[in-house]
Amino acid sequence: MLLFDHAINFDGGGCLANILTNEVFDLVVIGAGVVGCAVARRLTLAGARVAVIEKATDILDGASKANSAILHTGFDAPENSLEVTCIREGYREYKALYRQLGLTLDFSGAHVVAWTQDEVEKLENIAEKARNNDVEDVNIISAKTIAKREVELSDSALGALSVPGECLIDPWSAPYVYLRQSLENGGKIFLYCEVTSGNFDGESWKLDTTRGSIASRYVVNCAGLYGDRVDQRLLGSTTFNIAPRKGQFVVFDKAAGRLANSIILPVPTSRTKGVVVCRTVFGNLLVGPTAEDQQSRSDASTDEASLRALIASGVEKIPALKNIPVTAVYAGLRPACEHQDYQIEKHADRNWITVGAIRSTGLSGALGIATHVLALYEQSAPGHTTLDEPVHPQAAVLAQNEVRDWQREHHGDIVCHCELVSEREINRALEGPLAARSLAGLKRQTRVTMGRCQGFYCRARLETMCSGKFDLFNGKEAGCG
Amino acid sequence: MVEHVSRTPVIIDVVIIGGGPAGLSAATELKRLGIDQVVVLERENQAGGIPRHCGHPPFGMREFTRVMTGPRYARKLVKAAELAGVDIRISTTVVEARPGGSLLIATDQGAQEITARRVVYATGVRETPRSARLISGTRPPGVLSTGSLQSMVYLNKHKPFDRPVIIGSELVSFSSIQTCRHAGISPVAMVEETGSAIARWPTPLYARVTGVPLFTDTRLSAIKGHDNIVAVVVENAQGERREIACDGVILTGRFTPESSLSSCGHLLVDVATGGPVVDQFGRCSDPVYFAAGNVLRPVETAGWSWNEGRQAAHRVSQDLLGKLPSSATERRITLANSLIKYCMPQVLSFPHHRLSMKYLQLRFTRHATGILSMSDDTGTLWKRAMTVFPERRVLVPLRRVVDGCQTGSIQAKFEERSP
Repeated sequence: MLLFDHAINFDGGGCLANILTNEVFDLVVIGAGVVGCAVARRLTLAGARVAVIEKATDILDGASKANSAILHTGFDAPENSLEVTCIREGYREYKALYRQLGLTLDFSGAHVVAWTQDEVEKLENIAEKARNNDVEDVNIISAKTIAKREVELSDSALGALSVPGECLIDPWSAPYVYLRQSLENGGKIFLYCEVTSGNFDGESWKLDTTRGSIASRYVVNCAGLYGDRVDQRLLGSTTFNIAPRKGQFVVFDKAAGRLANSIILPVPTSRTKGVVVCRTVFGNLLVGPTAEDQQSRSDASTDEASLRALIASGVEKIPALKNIPVTAVYAGLRPACEHQDYQIEKHADRNWITVGAIRSTGLSGALGIATHVLALYEQSAPGHTTLDEPVHPQAAVLAQNEVRDWQREHHGDIVCHCELVSEREINRALEGPLAARSLAGLKRQTRVTMGRCQGFYCRARLETMCSGKFDLFNGKEAGCG
Repeated sequence: MVEHVSRTPVIIDVVIIGGGPAGLSAATELKRLGIDQVVVLERENQAGGIPRHCGHPPFGMREFTRVMTGPRYARKLVKAAELAGVDIRISTTVVEARPGGSLLIATDQGAQEITARRVVYATGVRETPRSARLISGTRPPGVLSTGSLQSMVYLNKHKPFDRPVIIGSELVSFSSIQTCRHAGISPVAMVEETGSAIARWPTPLYARVTGVPLFTDTRLSAIKGHDNIVAVVVENAQGERREIACDGVILTGRFTPESSLSSCGHLLVDVATGGPVVDQFGRCSDPVYFAAGNVLRPVETAGWSWNEGRQAAHRVSQDLLGKLPSSATERRITLANSLIKYCMPQVLSFPHHRLSMKYLQLRFTRHATGILSMSDDTGTLWKRAMTVFPERRVLVPLRRVVDGCQTGSIQAKFEERSP
């Protein structure tokens, strides 16, 4: 274990170097999940000196590592909630900036499909809710129309609500490029850096971390699954309690990518949005999530019975899935809590903003949450000067409809054949301040081993390429013994 | 995708996708048969296929009449192909196979399109990974297939774990014990779901000789551990669970053809084999495409695949001369019961031709005794009493079926009888 070790000096990047004690940041973001990355970006662009601290060795290691990769319109979010406001704003901003940052956006649209007469009757309520949430372009379509739009869908569909605005995105490239935009415009990232305690002297915070202390005038807690605990530890109290909700997913082979055009949603219940069937921008088809309340904030295990139930549910909706092999399974933990909305709260007297309980919509809401946090921050912090000409880094291009690296010259060998990941892409992901330091991190940055063979062909080659960068097997970082 | 594609107008006589035993032998033989341009596209940076990282014998009995290790065998195959004048292009990935023999390929130069008069799929097999087996539990690193383990041990001299549990008891499972011993790894157990080892006697004795306990009627129910594997949970036929402490898991066997090019492309795929649907000439649903070796079905030895490649060469060269029966006469073979795991070829063309495969290849899902029969609408074409075992090949004389067949679809049926 690595605690307060001043002798650590990781090779490359410098992001793992010790925190400089004399540096005082305007703002520290705790947690590099999708929300933390978006907040860091927004505040950096607003002119603040931002540092992100993250306890894992790679970003997006908690709730953000697993989701359904949908950019929601917010049509079914709770009305008049902060959540719907943030999703709407996040949706709008993503559409405005995705080209600038080289991100992908697949205008798949969604259909909330009714399978029973009861559900047919609920479609009108969902449509009304959508309109109340300013999602105007929804409309109810007949069984015949949905059958025409989704030819592989089971013919027991009785009708659907069409939500043309729902989109598919790359759930990892987006937050990576948000954070990179912060870093390339002066922000800092400290990885493997867990907050242990902190002290506010009336003007600024001194946070003690596993890698030394860091000083900042303001703190934004984006600690996701541990948000309540960070509040408890540093503020002495918390207004919410995270109740992790596990969601398991099944990813079908790319042969299934052609079986659905849009996102197939069920009519939601009061508790969950239910099991979604949708394509991914990488070309697969995914089915999930389950919704399982649990105590553990780290146990993202899968179980065969649930996975089989998901497969059955997918086959029921799209019968042709029956003969398609499973490529991957995964589980994610959503930071739900006892309240039915995001818990974003400013503690003005403590220079602290809590961004908590960003349950299942963090990917869609992140940019909107960041804007909201900026507004809260600027109410109490003196005006920074917004960057005039910020750098716009370009996201890794991994979506199958974009021009990928393998299509360009001098990419070296293709290392991961299933996902067509080039040697150059892997080497790039092993460099720089956000260099992958675990196989999991490398997968999120490049998709390597995420395809149908799951590493059968490339694992050994990959291990050679990553030699010294991290240990594929023990989760131990090179050089820290 | 289109914008970055450069097109080579040249039409190549035969392109072979995959430079393993089947692909290399097909290419070598095609050159010997006088085909002018024969190109092997190999996506790895070295040709030779899976034997390259099987660091142990026996390879080469059938092909070179001597026993050698996998890497040496692979080198010999490559050398033979090169000597015959085959154009082997390494680090070349086929991304899409399109109707009529047009292939989208990726090399260091970017995307490129080439066209061939005939294409031979020889993309081989791989093992089923953890995800597709739906294994419960956490997902710590240290779960490997035999293939990955072998490439790590033999190509990289790496030792990924010390005390793994081996899942499965196929031939390859015992080969994984050999690989482990080579690297100084001591497997703690071998776990087999069915009632006895899948591999043929005397192979299972190897576990006993090397001191690896074999637990039959036992299935892996979960993997435990967060940063590392600490144990597996196994369940016996009575549903009793227990933990086996270990630091790795080797998921062996359950081979599946590497047929993504066909499953994501235009060729018909057989759900039973996982490979493309072929007739007795190894010809796919697009008759420009042929298949040879383990992509046809899981899984035979390198020598068997090598032989299939060689035979495919004869069929392809005859087809280029227009001398194979037309595929328009095809009839599908249906499987009457789920005891029959697969039957390859899946369709038959008529009439019989001397270059046809000699046998239908069948495998079964479990141990059973009874009568295997082939019939059409008019009656039984062939039958035989037999005892079948899971994962063991059964061969049915193909000519008997083709010559006798008169009308309707052809059915393969296994009627169980008490022994």
